[in-house]
Amino acid sequence: MQSLGIDVLWKGTNFLRLLGGLWVALRISLISVAISILLGLLAGVLMTLKNPVLKAVLRCYLETVRIMPQMVLLFIAYFGTTRVFGWNIPAESAAIFVFSFWGTAEMGDLVRGALISILAIQYESAYSLGMTKAQVYCHVILPQTVRRLIPLSINLITRMVKTTSLVMMIGIVEVLKVAQQIIEANRKASPNAAFGVFATVFLLYFLICWPVGRLAAYLEKRWA
Amino acid sequence: MNADILIQYLPLYRDALYLTWKIGWLGIALAFLLGVWCAVMCHLHVPILARLSRIYIEVFRNTPLLVQLFFLYFALPKLGLRVSAQVCGVLGLGLLGGAYMAESLRSGLESVAPIQTESALSLGMTREAAFFHVILPQAVSVSVPGLVANVIFLLKETSVFSTISLMDLMFTAKDLIGMYAKTIECLFLLVVFYLIMLLPVSVLGSFIERKVRHAEFGD
Repeated sequence: MQSLGIDVLWKGTNFLRLLGGLWVALRISLISVAISILLGLLAGVLMTLKNPVLKAVLRCYLETVRIMPQMVLLFIAYFGTTRVFGWNIPAESAAIFVFSFWGTAEMGDLVRGALISILAIQYESAYSLGMTKAQVYCHVILPQTVRRLIPLSINLITRMVKTTSLVMMIGIVEVLKVAQQIIEANRKASPNAAFGVFATVFLLYFLICWPVGRLAAYLEKRWA
Repeated sequence: MNADILIQYLPLYRDALYLTWKIGWLGIALAFLLGVWCAVMCHLHVPILARLSRIYIEVFRNTPLLVQLFFLYFALPKLGLRVSAQVCGVLGLGLLGGAYMAESLRSGLESVAPIQTESALSLGMTREAAFFHVILPQAVSVSVPGLVANVIFLLKETSVFSTISLMDLMFTAKDLIGMYAKTIECLFLLVVFYLIMLLPVSVLGSFIERKVRHAEFGD
C-alpha cells in the first residue's frame, strides 16, 4: 500500500510511537476523569443545596466552563499563568488542571440533574415505610441516582478523551504530534504518509471511544 | 495590561470574530441539514440509507474534531481531494455537528410514543401527514435543549480551526502572542471576544428552551 502511505507505520517503531502518543493523551484524560468524578460528586451535591450565594457561585463557574472553549482555558492555564504570576507549570499538569476544572463542572451538573430527578414521593414513601434517613439514602435514593449517573458519566469520559487531543496546542507530544513527526520524517520516502497516518489516528480514536459509547448506551437502555 | 495595545489589536480580533462567526454558523447550518436528514432516515428505517446514517453518526461522534480536520485538510489532498481551509472548516464542523444534531433529533423522535403514529394513521392521515404534522412537532420540542447545547458546543469547537491556519480568534491570539509576546492583553481580548460571541447565544438558547418547554406541557 505504498500509494496510501500506510507502509510508513511499519517502518522502525513508528506504530509503537503512535501508540505511545495515544497513551500520553489517554493518561491525561484518565487522571482528569478521576479528579473530575470525585470533585464533581461534591460539586453536584453542593449545587442542590439551597444556599443562594453558593448557588450563584457554582452557576457562574458552570457557565464559564460551558462558554469558554477548552483551548482558551488551556492557553490561559499554560501561557497566561506564566506571564502573570511567573509560574512555570509543566504542560501536562496545566492540561490536567484545565480538564479537571472543566470536567468537575460538567460532572457536577450531571450529579445535580440525577439528584433532582428523584421524585419527592420516593423519599416520602420510604419514610412512611418506617426507614431511617440512612436507610432511605442507602437503599432507595443512591441506587437510583447511580443508575442514572453512570451512563451519563461514561459519555463524559469519551468527551474528555476526545478533547484531550487539544493538548498538542500547548506543546505536549501526544498522538497527533507524533503523527506529524512521522509524516515529516518520511516526507521524501513516502509522500502520501499523511493519508495513512492520519487515517490510523482517526481509527485509533474511534476504536477507543466507540466501545465506551456503546457501553453507555447499553447501560442507559438497561437501567432506564 | 496596556490599553494602547488592546486598542491596537482590536481590529485584528474583530476580523477574526467575523470569520469565526461566519464559518461557525455555516458549519452549524450544514450540521443541522445533515442531522435532520440522518435522523429522518434512521427513524423511517429507509433500507440502506438508515444504516449508512448510523455508521456516519457513530464514526463522527466518536472522533475528535481536531483529528477529523487533520484528516480532511492534510490526508484527503493525498487522494486528490484538495479543499481550501475555509471550506475544510465548514465541512469539518458540519460533519461533526451533523452527527451530534442527528443524535439529538433521533432521541426526540424516539421519545414520541408509537401510539401517536397509530392514532394519526387511524384517523385517516397519510404517513407523511402523520410524520410532519404529529410526530415532528413533538419531537422537535423535545430535542431543542440538545440542539441548543450542540450549537454552543460547535461554536466553541471553532477554536480548533486555528490548527489548519484559519485566521479565527484562537489563531489571531496565538499569532500575536508568538510575534509580540503581549500574552496578557492577547488572552484578555481572546476571552472577551469569545464572550461576545457565545454569551448572546447562551442567553437566547435558554430563553428558547423555556419557551419550548412551555409548549410541551401546553400552556
